[in-house]
Amino acid sequence: MNTTQLTLFWLFAALTCGGAIAVCVSQNVVRMAFSLVLTLGSTAVLFLLLGADFVGATQLLVYVGGTLVLIVFGVMLTATGPFTRIKSSAAGGILSGLIGIAFLFIVASTVTSVRWVDSDKGQGVASKIEFGTHSKAVASHFNPEQQGNTTRQLGLSFLSLRADRDLKFGIPPAPVEESNTAPVIPGESVAAAALPLNSNPKLSVGYLLPFEIVSVHLLVVLVGAAYLARTKRRTKS
Amino acid sequence: MQPIDPNPFLIVGAVLFVCGVVCMTTKRNGIGVLMGVELVLNGANLNFITFSRCTPLGLDGQVFSLFVIVLAAAEAAVALAIALNFYNNHLTIDVDRGDELHG
Repeated sequence: MNTTQLTLFWLFAALTCGGAIAVCVSQNVVRMAFSLVLTLGSTAVLFLLLGADFVGATQLLVYVGGTLVLIVFGVMLTATGPFTRIKSSAAGGILSGLIGIAFLFIVASTVTSVRWVDSDKGQGVASKIEFGTHSKAVASHFNPEQQGNTTRQLGLSFLSLRADRDLKFGIPPAPVEESNTAPVIPGESVAAAALPLNSNPKLSVGYLLPFEIVSVHLLVVLVGAAYLARTKRRTKS
Repeated sequence: MQPIDPNPFLIVGAVLFVCGVVCMTTKRNGIGVLMGVELVLNGANLNFITFSRCTPLGLDGQVFSLFVIVLAAAEAAVALAIALNFYNNHLTIDVDRGDELHG
């Protein structure tokens, strides 16, 4: 990462962690909601820094724009007058803080003790995992030239078309395939040269069925939520 | 693309996860518990995106994080409806008051 990316990362990582700690520490519900807005927005910027532009935009739209507005409505409807702050005891707060710090130490030391990326060849954990039937050359060249710009590939994967796995974007075709096809014109675009399917006859798995299940699930959940939250008539008993 | 060290992102994800767990266990406000769940899901999402960038996991991590976002929205809707019903029955949102089922 260059200097700008590093500065942005440290700024928004500090905002994310500070907002999360403020959510834990604060006793006022409205301040907790504001800190949560700060945390989720900064997390969206971290997603953008990692090259996931569509997920970052979705985080801003769905989380900050939808879910948090829902939570703020819940705060407005339930935190009336004396119920804005519900105190917990000071000793319990100190104890839970100590347990939380110990838990954070365990999780962080465990995560950082693993070498995830192979800085030397074949030394990392992640390079030893086989991802399906695909060679490492295909899998590790995910999105090589066009950093970010993942919207089309995500949409195609929701239609069970794995453009990032099966079409070999950005990888020149193997010399065996070149021998019996027409010679590649130098002015031709890379995408057109990479269009023939992978020689592996097994296609990658897509996400059409989970997408359908999630959409039906969302419909059922929204109907159920509207049924649960309806105003009941008080029956005299 | 130049490689990125995943450890700082993973530590931020760990901070989010731990804050969410502490928030879930210590808050007496029902909405506060809901906010803790959101923090935990965001920590998991940050780990998914980090591994999709730094390892051969590729696009699958981003797809999973999209599913997590959608399911978190659904969970928030249902939990908020339950919280409103709790408020209607108890006239408070303190989760320690919901102890009618202790036998």
